[in-house]
Amino acid sequence: MFGEYSIGDLGSIFVMQGFAGLILFSVYVLMALGLAIIFGQMGVINMAHGEFMILGAYVTWMTSNLFQSFLPSLFSGYFFLAMMLAFLASGALGMLVEWVLIRHLYKRPLDTLLATWGLSLMLQQAYRSIFGPREVGVELPQWMLGSLKVTDSIEVPINGVFVMGLTVLITIVVAYVLYKSRWGRQVRAVVQNRIMAGAVGINTEKVDRFTFGLGCGIAGIAGSAFTMIGSTGPTSGQLYIVDTFLVVVFGGAASLLGTIASAFSISQTQSTLEFFMSGSMAKVLTLLAVVGILMLRPQGLFALKVRK
Amino acid sequence: MIINSRFFNRSELIGFIALAAILFVILPLSLDVFRLNLVAKYLTYAFVAIGLVLCWGYGGILSLGQGVFFGLGGYCMAMFLKLEASSVENTKIQSTPGIPDFMDWNQVTALPFFWQPFHSLTFTIAAIILVPGLFALIIGTAMFKRRVGGTYFAIITQAIAAIMTILIVGQQGYTGGINGMTDLRTLKGWDIRPDHAKVILYFVEVVLLFACIGIAQFIRLTKLGRILVAMREQEDRVRFSGYSVANFKIFAFCMAAIFAAIGGAMFALNVGFMSPSFVGIVPSIEMVIYTAVGGRMSIFGAVWGSILVNFAKTSLSESFPQLWLFGLGALFIAVVLAFPNGLSGIWQDHVQPRIDRLLASRKSKPKDGWNSVADGAPAE
Repeated sequence: MFGEYSIGDLGSIFVMQGFAGLILFSVYVLMALGLAIIFGQMGVINMAHGEFMILGAYVTWMTSNLFQSFLPSLFSGYFFLAMMLAFLASGALGMLVEWVLIRHLYKRPLDTLLATWGLSLMLQQAYRSIFGPREVGVELPQWMLGSLKVTDSIEVPINGVFVMGLTVLITIVVAYVLYKSRWGRQVRAVVQNRIMAGAVGINTEKVDRFTFGLGCGIAGIAGSAFTMIGSTGPTSGQLYIVDTFLVVVFGGAASLLGTIASAFSISQTQSTLEFFMSGSMAKVLTLLAVVGILMLRPQGLFALKVRK
Repeated sequence: MIINSRFFNRSELIGFIALAAILFVILPLSLDVFRLNLVAKYLTYAFVAIGLVLCWGYGGILSLGQGVFFGLGGYCMAMFLKLEASSVENTKIQSTPGIPDFMDWNQVTALPFFWQPFHSLTFTIAAIILVPGLFALIIGTAMFKRRVGGTYFAIITQAIAAIMTILIVGQQGYTGGINGMTDLRTLKGWDIRPDHAKVILYFVEVVLLFACIGIAQFIRLTKLGRILVAMREQEDRVRFSGYSVANFKIFAFCMAAIFAAIGGAMFALNVGFMSPSFVGIVPSIEMVIYTAVGGRMSIFGAVWGSILVNFAKTSLSESFPQLWLFGLGALFIAVVLAFPNGLSGIWQDHVQPRIDRLLASRKSKPKDGWNSVADGAPAE
């Protein structure tokens, strides 16, 4: 399969496909970060995660439309405001959902799966009724269009670079919040021993609600970033949910580093394979490999050693 | 604890007679062939739902990949029917006569090797049971021997459902792609399309369904069923008592897979086609909701759940397509939050006591003490 390409061509192919993989990697990481917090830290399976992401995408779309009609002079900077709004909207919805639905189900993880699936169906239908069944695309500001020419045969699109930079930034912020801040310590304390955490005066219910809200908020940011590279429809979120769960499980549920490593390996494998075979076969092979490895090593790549 | 020495206790016997009367007599007499065929379609999901009662309700293993087994069974049946429908005379106009039409459209010139044995009905029937059974055995062994369970198992089975759909859609030339296998005509020369054939197929299906109900009930009543329940409640204690937890789980999962496959095969026969839209994530998780609505602990409940949810789906999505998704979503949430034991739970908590009281007031004989651990609420 490598026969008809020269070494130089192959190099460029790998770099370009690698870059395409990096964009996929960014979307995976942003989605998986939120999911890893919710699933890894709280043990809740949130099947509606994709819909929280799409909410962020719709918020971004609405903000860009508002800027276009009322503040065209500031249009080049709308994205930063949109991202914050997306975070707030998804986070607020997440906290509401936690209060209404999830908190009753902490002891029944399989039931949360069914309940959040129901929620995702309702959200999808809500998006379809409000925003229409067609996919919507966001108009990018001028500075994000075009591409950077690295060498003669290698070009990288600017919006891709931007999304990647954003991913790195958000990952660092999340890691800082979880591992260095007082609130992050409380979250980890609740995860490791809920009863003891309660005994030393941590309000575990409040921590749960904020953790769920944070996870959903990051999904909102993921959706915001997603608009930079693709269009948004009511069911776009569902396309990513299984992949993202595999990313989280493959990485080892409670490990942030594992999530990133697994998102990287899955997205790179998929986009490299995509060049040599049809997209569907590339995806099948990648997912099969992941499932196969998980059968051999069910705890994932980076497993924390915890006493259960 | 009193081990139930009868196959059905009194309330189960009433449930059995009621279901048998409705499916064998009342529905065939009161519905036209089109509606009866719709019921037959709903009942194919009841097979899956009964399997899930064993696997999820009793064993505590939630599989989100039952569509895979439903699809495997359905595709095995459809491959046989498709081969019979694409005999050389029927496919004269193709560039390669004697192969299914979708292969010809996709420039496949010879029948692939894995299609060859499906010329034989015996092989097909064996394959409907064995292929999904073996597949479930492999997945189950790989997962349960390593003590993977609960949510991880659910996610991985879901991923397998996704892989299966992508594979079927992607390999158009071998599977018929997104359209699936359509235009199935005869079974050993017997036309499956006219009305009288549909009625006969309906009865065949109901008989098979009752056979599966019998098997499931048998498993429930034996020691095996009790170990499944014990395992769901306190896995470690069962393990420490010397039982191989993994083997029991594998067994329950394989049984569920085989039931689902029988349902899939009946689907291909009754509905006359098979497509990847019955394999993927969405149908798989909908199959779980049939069980949940009927009551995850109740075998008869599973049948009712499949019929009622599908009936609601057909009638609501015809007239109010927008409402249906809201309704289905709300159903998921309501069943989890408010009625974890589904319809059978409501029946047992609210209807059954009244009937009992009514009966007790007529004849004040002491009631017999049949009880079964399995009827308790699931604690997870």
